[in-house]
Amino acid sequence: MRLNKIILSFVSALVILLSTSVASFAKVVGDKIILGAAISLTGKYSSNGVHTQNGYNMAVDRINSMGGVKVGGKTYKFDIIYYDDESNPKRAAQLAERLISQDGVEFMLGPYSSGLTKAIAPVTEKYGVPMVEANGASRSLFTKGYKYLFAVLAPANLYLDVAIETAVELNGGKPVRIAQAFEQDAFSQDVRLGILDAAERTGSKIIIDDKLPKELNDMAATLVKVKQMKPDVLVVSGHTKGALTAIRQIAEMKVDVPMLAMTHCDAAKLSKQHGKNSQYALCASQWHKSLTYKDDFFKDGMTYAADFEKEFGYDPPYQSAESSAALLVFKDAFERANSFDQKKVRDALAATNMQTFYGNIKFAPGGQNVDKPMVLFQVMCDASGSCENKVVAPLKWASAKLIHPIPKWSER
Amino acid sequence: MDFLVFQYPMITLQACLDGILLGVLFALIAYGMALQWGVMNIINIAQGDLVILGGYIAYFMYLYGIHPAWGVIVAPVIMYFVGIAIYKLVINKVVDRDLFISILATFGISILFMQLMNFAFGADVVLANSGYGTTMLFDNNVVLPNSKIFSAFISIVFAICLVIYMKKSKLGRAIRATAQNARAAKILGVDTEKVYAATFGINAALCGVAGALISITFTIHPYMGLPYTIRSFMIVIVAGLGNLPGVAMSGMGLGVFEEFADYILGTEFRIGSVFLLLVLILVYRRFKLSRKREYLK
Repeated sequence: MRLNKIILSFVSALVILLSTSVASFAKVVGDKIILGAAISLTGKYSSNGVHTQNGYNMAVDRINSMGGVKVGGKTYKFDIIYYDDESNPKRAAQLAERLISQDGVEFMLGPYSSGLTKAIAPVTEKYGVPMVEANGASRSLFTKGYKYLFAVLAPANLYLDVAIETAVELNGGKPVRIAQAFEQDAFSQDVRLGILDAAERTGSKIIIDDKLPKELNDMAATLVKVKQMKPDVLVVSGHTKGALTAIRQIAEMKVDVPMLAMTHCDAAKLSKQHGKNSQYALCASQWHKSLTYKDDFFKDGMTYAADFEKEFGYDPPYQSAESSAALLVFKDAFERANSFDQKKVRDALAATNMQTFYGNIKFAPGGQNVDKPMVLFQVMCDASGSCENKVVAPLKWASAKLIHPIPKWSER
Repeated sequence: MDFLVFQYPMITLQACLDGILLGVLFALIAYGMALQWGVMNIINIAQGDLVILGGYIAYFMYLYGIHPAWGVIVAPVIMYFVGIAIYKLVINKVVDRDLFISILATFGISILFMQLMNFAFGADVVLANSGYGTTMLFDNNVVLPNSKIFSAFISIVFAICLVIYMKKSKLGRAIRATAQNARAAKILGVDTEKVYAATFGINAALCGVAGALISITFTIHPYMGLPYTIRSFMIVIVAGLGNLPGVAMSGMGLGVFEEFADYILGTEFRIGSVFLLLVLILVYRRFKLSRKREYLK
């Protein structure tokens, strides 16, 4: 028995020794810049996790094949170490530790979702590892004073306030009555805060303010209230579940509301799953392929979408586009810093001011991108029942005119 | 707190009708749970996951252009065999152990199913469209989606069929005999092993029907099973085992309770209120039980 114990402790000591010494290869090996990322490849975020990973991979291949990153007169190529965080914040934080302290990664890419980014940010901050993230939009990420966190996307509170402003504008500048239902998670609650701000700014009144549970699949009660109180705008945010449930029940219960604004329509494949019932829904999006931003690597949104479709076999959701943009930001920062020193790269990231196919990127002191407005698209269907998302706001990029108010169900 | 629901009689009516239609569906799932609980003394934590799996069967039929309503025929057939397979692989090893072991085992099955479904079908929320339209009552003030009416109707049909089957068929009688006294049944020539397998299969089939109906009425997602397990557990606790009218009544009661909790406390407390009710009922039953014991002394 004692011998067994001795052997066991010997072996575990050996394992510990090996794991600490062998794995520590550094961030830049030969001509490779190694980035680390914990991504949700399994668990509840796995579909968006895969979109994120595809976006990263697409950009890595593109940048490498177009000359790589030039630092100090030498050309480097990107490489990414991925770990599966199982959609679990605790696991994500552990993996970030592991990437940094065991794998020796000195630059990180973000995970999918605000919750996981929140879990990782304290770790990267502790080690002074610059992280460019593309999928954590929660406002609370940018108010903690993080110095090494940079987000290429617009914060969550800006997702739908455009909708409220548009509604007020269409109402002749007069305040509107708002009904809202938000899931109780960091992201949706931030979207809600944005609506509250917009309501206060425009003097609008919130007449229904419901919260939705995580295991939401029935929001009939909210919709019955909407039917009775007849608001001017109905705002729903509850990830893909919220979008799908809302459209199904609005159609079934024939709820008439002049404007319906939501998040996650494209992730939920609304128009595919619901067809004509999803018509006229307004959706907030970080990106749309019809936007006319340009860069040297992906040219523009349309080209990006076509290339992405060729490689992965589906139309890129904005989650993929913003993930690709994160790599462009890193490349730009490395070249401007002309060094792999983490502090210098961090400062270069903070001074980023560039245009990518995804949008303009310029970071506020909190780390959020302040140079890229959200876009709103509306689901529009033709007589044959095939539906398309068309950008309707901001007007600069609008490819179609907003249909307002939404026709009543009895007239459709 | 919001008492809108009591200010407009139409909303009260709407909440009641919604709750009853929903409750009938819950009762179907709960009946399956009561059946296997009564016969095998197993509390199946994976009940909700079997429901979701049934939902995916209907969803895939819908994807391939078959009307998802046919799922209520196809899903139970497939799920029956899934149930038998689970029984042969896991449940028969824990069936005569104490309740705790079976809870652990089915908890494991539940986790496995969630992950497998996530792996196989993806983490996207999906639904099947029936295109059934809506019934409007009372000058359009009360709306009932026909899909909900359809699912309640199908649930009732299946429940009735099952009751008749239990009463009339040989297997049904064997199941009831085993539930009353497994040892005696065995002595009298009932192959209890077979009865257990069939019971688990029938339960899985009921879950399949319910899942197909849920994919038509609501949404499905690999991780959405647990609330259905909790609800059926709760219904069985209230109704007791082997009490079908009780299951139906407490199912509908729970449905209505949930709807009212939704209106009054807000949607965020909907599932929470079910949990709270479960705790209250368990405490109450324990209280009642302890009084009885004292009386016996």
